[in-house]
Amino acid sequence: MKRPLPQIPPPVWSEFKDLQEWEKYHQERTGNDRNSEALASIADAIHHFPGGWLVTTSTDKIFNWARKSSMWPVTFGLACCAIEMMATFASRFDVERFGMVPWASPRHSDLMIVSGTVTIKMSPMLKRIYDQMPDPKWVVSMGSCANSGGPFRHGYHVVKGVDRVVPVDVYVPGCPPTPDSLMYGLLKLQEQVAHFQKTGARPASEPA
Amino acid sequence: MTPLTAATAASQIQELFGVAAVVAGGDLGVTVPVEQWLALARFAKDTLGCRYFNFLSAIDWKEQGLEVVARVEDLDARVALTLRTRLAPGATHCPSLTGVYRGAGWMERECYDMFGVVFDGHPDLRRILLGDDWDGHPLRKDYAVDTPHAPYR
Repeated sequence: MKRPLPQIPPPVWSEFKDLQEWEKYHQERTGNDRNSEALASIADAIHHFPGGWLVTTSTDKIFNWARKSSMWPVTFGLACCAIEMMATFASRFDVERFGMVPWASPRHSDLMIVSGTVTIKMSPMLKRIYDQMPDPKWVVSMGSCANSGGPFRHGYHVVKGVDRVVPVDVYVPGCPPTPDSLMYGLLKLQEQVAHFQKTGARPASEPA
Repeated sequence: MTPLTAATAASQIQELFGVAAVVAGGDLGVTVPVEQWLALARFAKDTLGCRYFNFLSAIDWKEQGLEVVARVEDLDARVALTLRTRLAPGATHCPSLTGVYRGAGWMERECYDMFGVVFDGHPDLRRILLGDDWDGHPLRKDYAVDTPHAPYR
């Protein structure tokens, strides 16, 4: 008598109401925010000029390296995760060696680290600060609260994940994440940025 | 003037308001009807000397109605009074203590915000923590916390 083959269960995560909600409500980026149209056409013209490709390819390399290694995060500390974020910025962990300068203005920043609980009352301000950042821009969601609402998920006033307000590129788990894990997330983000600068494509939102 | 003790305070409250106070050490618990709420607070401040207003909050006892709780203290004599009053089932109106204790102002605003208790005589009864466009009072037992509030909740 043959034993019945073990049945591989269907992916149960598709049955969770929370994940269905996530697919319904999470924010996607709109279109290609890589460069302005004018810059792209100028670069295209130089590239098609005889010998121009020498200029564009070599400068592209330099520019991409420069973009990747000078991500300036706007400091958006909301709760206790902000303490770990400050520790990451401070001298012991020192993200300045990756070229990250914590900057208190969204106008000069490429990256928003949402560290902490986003309440329903706070989300319009978060959205406004995100809108004030120049393209291209990235968002790191730091900690359980920003990822999914965390321990306050079933409370009355907390947004169930900051990805319902702004599109998120890297999620850093933890409650709060240690500076090491935030740094790991930031390095992952740098990989994404390098990929984006090479191809102009954001990574797919669903895990491969 | 002799310093206030819990026993003398309890006997004075018994005399004036006709309610027995629960005494535990320096702590007194007094429950009065809503009509005597303001009078009891004024008595506690002016006569007993409990000048420190600690907090004010409420408890939702579901169909038995809301209970408003305030705590005032005499810090020198180390006597603390917990004032309680039970609103009728379904009732939300309660006299405000802002005329007696200035510190009650924000506490009553928070209580209004969370429990929907309307304090009559409060100079500026608005929501204090939640947004002005919020529906309902979230610390009520009948508030549906998990109601979807797309896209945020």
